[in-house]
Amino acid sequence: MSEQSNFDQYRRRFLSGSAATVAGMAVAPGVLLHEIGHARPASQAVTDEVRWGMLIDSNKCAEGCDDCVKACNEEHGLTGHGRPATDSQWIRKVTLKDKQTGHTQTLPLLCQHCEAPPCVDVCPTGASFKRADGIVLVDKHICIGCRYCMMACPYKARSFIHETLTDQKPYSPRGKGTVESCTFCVHRVDDGETPACVEACTAENHNAMVFGDLNDPSSKISQQLKQYNSRQIRADLQLNTGVRYRGI
Amino acid sequence: MIKHSLLVLVTGLLLGMVMPGQADDSLLPEIPAAQARFSETQGCVEPTADMRRNHMKYILHQRDETMHRGIRTKQYSLVECINCHVSDTPDAARVSSEEHFCSSCHSYAAVNIDCFQCHADRPVKTSATQAMPAVAESGSASIPVLAIEETTHE
Amino acid sequence: MKQVDFREIDGGKPFYMLVGFIGLFVLAALGAAYYMEHNGHYVTGMTNQVVWGTPHVFAVFLIVAASGALNVASISSVFGKTAYKPLARLSGLLAITLLVGGLAVLVLDLGRPDRLIVAMTYYNFKSIFAWNIMLYTGFMAVVAVYLWMMMERKMNSFTKPAGLTAFVWRLILTTGTGSIFGFLVAREAYNTALLAPMFIIMSFAFGLAIFILVLMGMYRWSNRPLGDAILYRLKNLLGVFVASVLYFVVVYHLTNLYITENHGVERFILLDGGIYTKLFWIVQIGLGGLLPLALLYLPATGKSRGWIGISSLLVIIGGLAQIYVLLIGGQAYPLEMFPGKEVSSSFFDGVVASYTPSLPEFVLGIGGVAIALAATIVGTRVLRFLPVSLADSQVDPHHKAEETAA
Repeated sequence: MSEQSNFDQYRRRFLSGSAATVAGMAVAPGVLLHEIGHARPASQAVTDEVRWGMLIDSNKCAEGCDDCVKACNEEHGLTGHGRPATDSQWIRKVTLKDKQTGHTQTLPLLCQHCEAPPCVDVCPTGASFKRADGIVLVDKHICIGCRYCMMACPYKARSFIHETLTDQKPYSPRGKGTVESCTFCVHRVDDGETPACVEACTAENHNAMVFGDLNDPSSKISQQLKQYNSRQIRADLQLNTGVRYRGI
Repeated sequence: MIKHSLLVLVTGLLLGMVMPGQADDSLLPEIPAAQARFSETQGCVEPTADMRRNHMKYILHQRDETMHRGIRTKQYSLVECINCHVSDTPDAARVSSEEHFCSSCHSYAAVNIDCFQCHADRPVKTSATQAMPAVAESGSASIPVLAIEETTHE
Repeated sequence: MKQVDFREIDGGKPFYMLVGFIGLFVLAALGAAYYMEHNGHYVTGMTNQVVWGTPHVFAVFLIVAASGALNVASISSVFGKTAYKPLARLSGLLAITLLVGGLAVLVLDLGRPDRLIVAMTYYNFKSIFAWNIMLYTGFMAVVAVYLWMMMERKMNSFTKPAGLTAFVWRLILTTGTGSIFGFLVAREAYNTALLAPMFIIMSFAFGLAIFILVLMGMYRWSNRPLGDAILYRLKNLLGVFVASVLYFVVVYHLTNLYITENHGVERFILLDGGIYTKLFWIVQIGLGGLLPLALLYLPATGKSRGWIGISSLLVIIGGLAQIYVLLIGGQAYPLEMFPGKEVSSSFFDGVVASYTPSLPEFVLGIGGVAIALAATIVGTRVLRFLPVSLADSQVDPHHKAEETAA
């Protein structure tokens, strides 16, 4: 008996040591960020100490550029089926032209991760929910596909999956008959990275998107929000969105 | 009349008993081998008998933990199950065929599985952070042993 | 008060033929639902822009009408009008069957109808939808108990409290249905407290129109006498309800026309919304509102059975159009995210979304109506819902006295 427990102890030490080595070797090449989030250990639950947010500078957003959209589609396997009316779009580029002055600008529009999300209020099963750290998600295990959240979203951020899917990305499960929307790349955020769209925008040196912890006054996003004027889209609804914009 | 039907019944029973007797083994599911072991002594993250009976309980609990609390430990992670139990070669079995690890038993037990409407049924290498299961450098074992920290279950 | 005799309708070949015929529509609806669920909703006309389509128009109509169909019973039990008492049982039956039909359509259109058990066990109590699930199922139970009180002689003394419970319940239920839309801030056409009472008054009109048609149809089918006394009361009541609906519609649009930021959606519905504008003016207001009002009250047509039937049908068609304009027109109009800007994107921002009803959606919606009808007919065959006679002598306690006096 004691032999067995000794062996177990040995095994555990051996395994955790190997795990650390190999995990480090596996993770290292994937780390290429400008800002690493709080790398929370995998076994620790999220808390509201952190509130994730995004700041998008429309002035730096170029017309015709859709690097963020392409990165999102790649990350989550949004291949599209040639049916724009029913294909999912988690982030899209919106072009605005002022009716009075003719001034044009573009910006990416995605789920705003509101603090008081209407989609969460209306979901009958509670599948649409807000995580403690502010990320609004759809628990597709209990989503019944009623699409009420899509009716309720003031930003038309949600998409319904209209066909059978195969070959989903392992960290972005999605299936027919459920509703989905931008998750702030929650699987990356939980690993201490930034969303794919932000990473792509930064990698191409457009620097129009900043992601970070709104509750941390020393984070890059908090400093920029304090320094520069920014707005929420449909601010009059007082949803206190996590995504803010400069230049609108 | 009664004697006749009795004769038919007995003949049918005898025939029925004889026939499958020859093909007994093919009735049980052929479960494909996994790509790694959890430890030297244990194949899966829990003893096999426990997993056979309770894997659903672990999966259901883990999904709520991951979804709502952001807990992404690997021991009961569905992604890790797939990484280990299904090969990532292009011709690996899909869940629709009986040769897929999950389907081999589920089709035998006639229990419908819903997971793969959304979840990938094969491992997909998308980036370095989503690599195949980290395997330990093991000198003695012929099958690689997984490097997963055991989580204490409540 | 004369004792009213209730009896089941006759069975036999005509009954089975009728139910079988209606059953074909139910089967077709099940097939359509399977087709939509199996292939995914891309085979329908519903998109990421217009997420609720024709099935929901039918479902909302049936649910609203269901609560209104109970009105006739409520008038007798709660407001004490004894002339309506013989009709109370059919009213209760129709309330349940219409609701079942509407809910069936709603459930079969879900993206994951296999998760119905999830919908009934996981509740987010902030969601009016979740409350509605409980209100709808509770309504069926409450009306079933109400019917039991009416149909079981020993329990007759409890009819009034049961009727009151059912009446209050259906008011809450219809408020909940209207609030599905009224609570949404996102869309210009919704986001108003007026929708809840408007739905209540719509339920009065639609429910009564269906009740009148079903009553006339069943009595013609089963060769039972249906007197003018009761029919004229019902048709006058229908006229009042139709006028009330028009009032609410006027108030809704007048208020929106005053509020500058809602001018866009008003222009869309009232002026340049294409099909929605046509449906609003021609079908909802004209065919569903003004024409039935005229037909019901003008002396030339008001006393004719045929015209009363046609008026009821027009009210139903107008009601369907009203819900179509609200539900689908309200979604087709783009969200106002950037006031004063022309918006364009790959996700149909800033443009009126196009929606074409597809065949599977329509078949599913009709199937809901068929379920309601079939259930009603089977119900009247199996249990004693229909009075043997609704002739004037039976219904109107003063009628015979007048005859003998004259």
